[in-house]
Amino acid sequence: MNSYKLSHLKELESESIFVIREVAAQFEKPALLFSGGKDSIVCFHLARKAFFPANIPFPLVHVDTGHNFEETLIYRDNLAKKYGAQLLIGSVQESIDSGRVTEEKGYNASRNVLQTVTLLDTIEKYKFDACIGGARRDEEKARAKERFFSHRDEFGQWDPKNQRPELWNIFNGRKNVGEHFRVFPISNWTEMDVWQYILHENIEMPSLYFTHERECFVRDGVIYAHANVIPLKPTEKVEKMQVRFRTIGDISCTGAVLSTANSVEEIVAEVAATRVTERGSRIDDRRSEAAMEDRKKSGYF
Amino acid sequence: MTDEVKQQWKTAKNQDIFKMDTQGYLDMELLRFTTAGSVDDGKSTLIGRLLYDSKSIFEDQLDAVKASSEKKGLQHVDLSLLTDGLRAEREQGITIDVAYRYFATPKRKFIIADTPGHIQYTRNMITGASTANLALILIDARKGVIEQTCRHSFIASLLKIPHLIVCVNKMDLVDYSEEVYNRIVDEYKKFAAHLDVKDIEFVPISALHGDNVVDRSTNMDWFKGSPLLNTLENVHIGSDWNHEDARFPVQYVIRPHTDAFHDYRGYAGRIAGGVFKPGDEVVALPSGFTSKIKSIATLDGDLYEAFAPMSVSITLEDEIDISRGDMLVKKGNQPENTQDVDAMLCWLNNKSPQPGAKYFLKHTSNDARAVIKEINYKVDINTLNKQEEDKSVKMNDIFHARLRTTKPLFTDSYNLNRITGSLILIDEGTNETVAAGMIQ
Repeated sequence: MNSYKLSHLKELESESIFVIREVAAQFEKPALLFSGGKDSIVCFHLARKAFFPANIPFPLVHVDTGHNFEETLIYRDNLAKKYGAQLLIGSVQESIDSGRVTEEKGYNASRNVLQTVTLLDTIEKYKFDACIGGARRDEEKARAKERFFSHRDEFGQWDPKNQRPELWNIFNGRKNVGEHFRVFPISNWTEMDVWQYILHENIEMPSLYFTHERECFVRDGVIYAHANVIPLKPTEKVEKMQVRFRTIGDISCTGAVLSTANSVEEIVAEVAATRVTERGSRIDDRRSEAAMEDRKKSGYF
Repeated sequence: MTDEVKQQWKTAKNQDIFKMDTQGYLDMELLRFTTAGSVDDGKSTLIGRLLYDSKSIFEDQLDAVKASSEKKGLQHVDLSLLTDGLRAEREQGITIDVAYRYFATPKRKFIIADTPGHIQYTRNMITGASTANLALILIDARKGVIEQTCRHSFIASLLKIPHLIVCVNKMDLVDYSEEVYNRIVDEYKKFAAHLDVKDIEFVPISALHGDNVVDRSTNMDWFKGSPLLNTLENVHIGSDWNHEDARFPVQYVIRPHTDAFHDYRGYAGRIAGGVFKPGDEVVALPSGFTSKIKSIATLDGDLYEAFAPMSVSITLEDEIDISRGDMLVKKGNQPENTQDVDAMLCWLNNKSPQPGAKYFLKHTSNDARAVIKEINYKVDINTLNKQEEDKSVKMNDIFHARLRTTKPLFTDSYNLNRITGSLILIDEGTNETVAAGMIQ
């Protein structure tokens, strides 16, 4: 007698593939938001599985803040080339140059907030009706309330108090003209699941996730990469540190962690032992208690 | 949280039980459970303890919650702040929506759908219950079985959650009395005889002090069962999916149009029931054409069998016309093929159903339109009594109705299959999901 059992990773994978296929079936013009971070890399991998042996039937969209790590851009371009995926880029620099947004000033200036405008402009330009993103519910308390199919009004806004109930695996993607959806296939994954899956599936990862020596400085307890886009305060000193990144975003809002983890196995062990959430090093979340909720309401993903 | 409790949690945390085995973790089972509770029944404390003891609450999260508790002038750390993620929730001290929480032990990964007890109660609990393998029902040992306990249990049975664990909480406040516990268990069993739940476990706990949550309580030597976490880790969930009746709703048709896969047609979907193997003879509904399974394809290679809830892509020996909404089944075992659907519906929207109004209906990968032909009766979810006189439906009402659909659906009874037995109704004007239906 067979026992019909799936491991938790296989069950999560199967759920995510189902969600991704639902997007392709229910929407006319979907896209996959690709940041070059581990969650979007896993989403891309799942999308390949969902449509095998065909290519992914939608483009990758990268909202480029202009403050990205060089390694992220190289990884992104190689990935698109290797798998024949269409890559579309929305540029925050262009939004600034055209006066759509105003650059923040001061030591803590970041383009993280500005990218919402660029994202919504990009969605409008290409008339995307669903954008797949790699957000997870375990990341942040506002995201714990997020649906798989997250409805956005014509201004791209999220209305957390009035979300559609989501029952079983029946997803309601119906909308009026001008509205769109954000879809989060890996909602139920944790950081640990993501790394275990990367290990299990042997997925190639950007070098930033592994330990390396880098010129860094410390501000408010966060380790920043030393880069042109973050002006140093007079008291801040740059020194070489052995670090890696737990999340990858804009240089100006991504903190590094001291780590010697050199392989996915070592990262898994590190994640298992760690006592601080991955978003603990995200400066964008530290702005206020409801920072993520506020950004999401205005159209952030 | 008092220093005493903090110390206990620290001790539990350092025990071997939560040490993560890297290899073992790759092969764990997933258990989804829902918790239901009202104000002050200790639900937040219990969830907080499970998360904290399994190292799923991180230091920065705990610091944030501590700071917020202090800001609110509280003496203790309010763990409900961990799950109440929205600004309005924190301001009003209420939970608005289902929150999902995650923790893992070396044996299992757990997904908690934490549903609020305050507003829109039924709607949220049904949402949380729809994907759960198990429901935790909390009873305050001082109060015993109350109306709310019955309501929670009824919804769990209506949504066919296969396993129930009844936690008699706050045992510390009744001197850990076996007599009190037994009385509540008897009371609950008497009530549960009216429900359709096969597997019910009972456990006396104190979420605050940790009795029988992770470790066996030394205060209740008389209790011979397992502590809560142990039960969560070991309850048999392998047969929660239907592995008898083969059902494959076609979700998407894969046509690569490349040189290497010129005539390839893969029917992509998630198996809803039964087992499919290459060589199996299948019938495509609604056309009734038959063919044989040529392969079950995945990026990782072909499979020799596939079962629920796997997402696969099936190719057939013959070229027949199949599209999204169709279903592959086996000859001798077919679902109902009908346009008249009897279902228990839960109404989820402020706007009551209007007589003769039409709705979009979603059932597996199938879309149709439907009209509510007849409302047979409403169920009083506190007493389980049928109400046949007053048939006016409002939000959170549960009622039995007959639907007429524009095209045939391929349905099973929700008792047999939670996937092919469930449906939702969508308002044609607002596009909101207005009802959840369990097919009879």
